[in-house]
Amino acid sequence: MTAHQLIFAYLAIAITGLSVMVITRRNPVHAVLWMLVLFVHIAILYLFLNAEFLAAIQIIIYAGAILVLFLFVIMLLDVKDVEMERRFLGLWPAGVVITAILTLLSVIVLREIDVFPPLGQFSIERIRSEGNIMTIGRVLYTRHLLPFEIASLILLVAIIGAVVLAKKRKGVE
Amino acid sequence: MDLQDLRLLAPEIVFILFALILLLLDLMVKRKEVIALTGLVGVGISAYINYRLVKMGWLGGVLQDVFLFDGYSNFFKLIFYINLVLTILISLRYMKIEQTSYGEYYCLLFFATSGMMIMASAGDLIVLYLGLELMALSTYVLAGIIRRQRRSAEAAMKYFFLGAFSSAFLLYGIAIVYGLTGTTHLKGIASGLHELGLLNNPITLLGLVFFIIAFGFKIALVPFHMWAPDVYEGAPTSVTAFMSVGPKAAGFAVIGRVFFDAFAELDIQWSAILVPLAILTMATGSILALSQRNIKRMLAYSSIAHAGYAILGIITGTAEGLVSTMNYLMIYTFMNIGAFSVVILLRREDLLGEDLEDYAGLSKEHPVAAALMLIFMFSLTGIPPTAGFIAKFYVFMEAIYSGYVPLVIVAVLFSVVSAFFYLRVVMYMYMKEPGERVELSMSGGMGIALTITTIMVILLGIYPSLLLEFVRASVLG
Repeated sequence: MTAHQLIFAYLAIAITGLSVMVITRRNPVHAVLWMLVLFVHIAILYLFLNAEFLAAIQIIIYAGAILVLFLFVIMLLDVKDVEMERRFLGLWPAGVVITAILTLLSVIVLREIDVFPPLGQFSIERIRSEGNIMTIGRVLYTRHLLPFEIASLILLVAIIGAVVLAKKRKGVE
Repeated sequence: MDLQDLRLLAPEIVFILFALILLLLDLMVKRKEVIALTGLVGVGISAYINYRLVKMGWLGGVLQDVFLFDGYSNFFKLIFYINLVLTILISLRYMKIEQTSYGEYYCLLFFATSGMMIMASAGDLIVLYLGLELMALSTYVLAGIIRRQRRSAEAAMKYFFLGAFSSAFLLYGIAIVYGLTGTTHLKGIASGLHELGLLNNPITLLGLVFFIIAFGFKIALVPFHMWAPDVYEGAPTSVTAFMSVGPKAAGFAVIGRVFFDAFAELDIQWSAILVPLAILTMATGSILALSQRNIKRMLAYSSIAHAGYAILGIITGTAEGLVSTMNYLMIYTFMNIGAFSVVILLRREDLLGEDLEDYAGLSKEHPVAAALMLIFMFSLTGIPPTAGFIAKFYVFMEAIYSGYVPLVIVAVLFSVVSAFFYLRVVMYMYMKEPGERVELSMSGGMGIALTITTIMVILLGIYPSLLLEFVRASVLG
């Protein structure tokens, strides 16, 4: 095993394990803190793929902004009540069985991986010479212009939806 | 990038512009009728631009073919326009009765529809995914728009969680296919799979299965239908009508596009996966509908069963089969929204009007409403001379041509089963003694919607070639 594979293996296992930690914690604050560790690991994965810009964004936006928001929301809610309740249906055994079957299937399928797709136009050399931000910006505003615009609409709908569902008002006009 | 290309995006651009206008209009105008009317004008303008572009023969792809403006997408857009117009017409009075007459309601209907339009036109998996999310996010909110109602909120939550789950499957499928072929472009995937010799690779199959799961969720194929009954029952009835047609048709649009464009050479594989799903879907939909006393829930199971019939055309893997499915979806739009309109008619401030008992003796007090419901129920069953018969007939015929005789026999059997619960409504209306006196909540918009749907259901039943030739022309060129 090369050093690359070792690092990747560590990140893959750690990310899976951390995800499990996030969803199994009873205390929401703990869950969010585990998520923070998870995000840092994902950022390292990006770094490992030579995507420095994505790694930085991952830390700044997700770890920095979104998690803080999460914590705010949790503090606004009354955590103690939720914590005491018995959450999660008693479906653990079924979940484990299904996961085991899926894992087995994936292993069988993944053993067949011997395909080498054609390399894209964004080689490491090209990104090094142009820089991450320039490459992403260029692609975002040319080839992916339409998806970029649609994404902005999705964000708009999210805002409208949040206001519609959360705002108190008299229903009758 | 060629700016000239953008003219093919004009219908969508105008449409989204109107969605934003509706949002702002809500600040200035108190009367919701004005907002609804502006919306209808917007649909009209967008549809007219669409029509002009087709007339001028400007078909083609935009921005390196990530967005396709072709006959196929235009036909689906017509379904979405009709769906939106009918929904707006039946909503006005109903949303007031529910005391949820918000301007944002119309705005969200527009955004959901624009998401569907983008899905139908997507030539690239990223655009497809984003269109799907735009549609889905808007419908989640619409399902929960009656905030103070418990079941509405429950519907929104269920739809949201399961929808997010299915999106994850779609993303995983996209990732697998991208990893194999190095492209998200549908045509590129087809040529990539062919040239790299990946057609028999199990990973390709895994990607295909993920796509079937994700799209199966949107059209409520069994076993990905769990959300449908609860969401259809809990959501406001006008929204149920909207999303039992729109997102379903959009789901079929992307199935047709992805399977026929990107996975065209794998048609034996996806047919083999879809056949058992179709049988399960028809069986579950028809059998579980038998025990429903709530009419919205019954129509939810019926819409599950209808997805099972409509998918038969896709299973054939031929262009003619695709035509029969599209024909089915257009007819389904009219008869399903028609049926939900009658359900809305019975809703009053003091009466939910969703129980089967509420329909007892309807023919004695409101003969016209009962007669209309009779037509829609006959059509949903597939009894001639209504359009529902034609829809089923062509789908079954195409399946037989492609050699799926046993499958069609099963489908016909379940159609017979479904006759029981559709005709039970008719039986209640015509053969039971009326209980409490029921007042109808009639309105001008509702009248127009009922007239359009009734005329279309009968007209397309008598002159099926009217629609069928149109579908053929739009798919086969």
